[in-house]
Amino acid sequence: MSRYFTEDHEWVDVEGEIATVGITNYAQEQLGDIVFVELPEEGKTFDKGDDAAVVESVKAASDVYSPVSGEVVEANGALEDEPALVNSDAEEDGWFFKLRLTDAGELDSLMDEAAYTKYVAGL
Amino acid sequence: MSAEPETEIEEELPLQELPLDAWHRGKGARMVGFAGYHMPIQYEGIMAEHLWTREHAGLFDVSHMGQLAFTGEDVDTALENVIPASLRNLAVGRQRYSLLLDEEGGILDDLMVSRRPDDIYMVVNGATKYDDIGWLIEHLPDEVTMNLLDEHALLALQGPEAVTALSRLVTGVEQLYFMDCAGFTWEGHDLWVSRSGYTGEDGFEISLPAEAAAAFAEALCAQPEVKPIGLGARDSLRLEAGLPLYGHDLSPEISAIGADLGFAILKKRREAGGFIGYARVAQEVAEGAPVKRVGFAIEGKLPAREGAEIYAGVQKVGSITSGGHSPSLGVPIAMGWVDASQSAIGTALEIEVRGKRIAATVAPMPFVPHRYHRKPS
Repeated sequence: MSRYFTEDHEWVDVEGEIATVGITNYAQEQLGDIVFVELPEEGKTFDKGDDAAVVESVKAASDVYSPVSGEVVEANGALEDEPALVNSDAEEDGWFFKLRLTDAGELDSLMDEAAYTKYVAGL
Repeated sequence: MSAEPETEIEEELPLQELPLDAWHRGKGARMVGFAGYHMPIQYEGIMAEHLWTREHAGLFDVSHMGQLAFTGEDVDTALENVIPASLRNLAVGRQRYSLLLDEEGGILDDLMVSRRPDDIYMVVNGATKYDDIGWLIEHLPDEVTMNLLDEHALLALQGPEAVTALSRLVTGVEQLYFMDCAGFTWEGHDLWVSRSGYTGEDGFEISLPAEAAAAFAEALCAQPEVKPIGLGARDSLRLEAGLPLYGHDLSPEISAIGADLGFAILKKRREAGGFIGYARVAQEVAEGAPVKRVGFAIEGKLPAREGAEIYAGVQKVGSITSGGHSPSLGVPIAMGWVDASQSAIGTALEIEVRGKRIAATVAPMPFVPHRYHRKPS
């Protein structure tokens, strides 16, 4: 399994043709206490960069973009009851949705962990 | 992922530093631009800071606010000609909430005004203070002198344990009741302390020389009851308390009566007038205001925020002026302006959030009861 990152602070885990998407630990720290996550419905299709989800902190609402193109096959229902999972475990249990990839080639434009760490250090 | 721009951030001018800038950074604050200054938005997190203030005591730096002192011959009359506060019967050591109204009765700012032994002391909002000063210079006679106390910091200590913590450092503050104020000293520095604040809790606001602010803040935070609290929690606390925020819930587009701030204009002044904007106040006292500021209970978990439109069926009847998650209640709450016909408590309406309609009901405010230390009557 490989993990990729975007400049907008989403992470993508890819296993076969399924991509799991969430926001990074850096992103959740910036947002603060998360109180609501609006997730996409199953069957919805996204192009890379489309608005895919909304994460609401106490302070503000923020868009989450789809880092790659694909069709939503599952959303993380656990976030409905416990949005704070995004704070406590952003990069594992706090995942947002899973996509069936339509263009695996798009992954090449994303960062790997080392590149993302360097990117965040420069912010 | 990207956050929507925060409307408070002003980017035109370089941000200025307040006396406690370094102190906040030393406490791990995340600083943002607000009202032209670098201000702490949060330290450990908005939720934790909010709940701490409701249970213990939170220290807020509100030094961005404008502190004004008025002196001069017949200053009471001069100020009464401009603002709707009753000043002639304001005793030394008492404070009142008031408004700055424009000629059409729109709200230019909300403020606190009190009588000190040697002057009238006023606290106005940070983002509006220079406009307020311009307005006051234009409308006050030359006999009145106005000083901007820009070498004074302003701190607020709020929460049920505020009195315990502050009275340990400054003996006597425990004798003040809500909206009382008096002078004290701490380690040789003059403090002007009022028992008031903007969280709905008991607490104090303390004006003191800028050079003493960091040591005093440090001494307060050394008390086990006290933690520093950022602007984020200040906003969620005042929203729960049903208190309007200027520039959001109050603006020149809404009147004092429409904003449900009629209590700030005492009977005598409502009847006799003689202040700027009186015509609209009189008309709306008699006929009611066309638009009213109300609170909303919201179904579900999705917060409705500033700008969200309010509907009665297909008809747009208002918009949300502040809203968010209530840390104390665990549900979304909001305030907004609606047509008077839709403003009765219990009116069922819908709020549009990202194209979806969510059910909302006009609800009484405060959302969380006030716990002021009022004088027993």
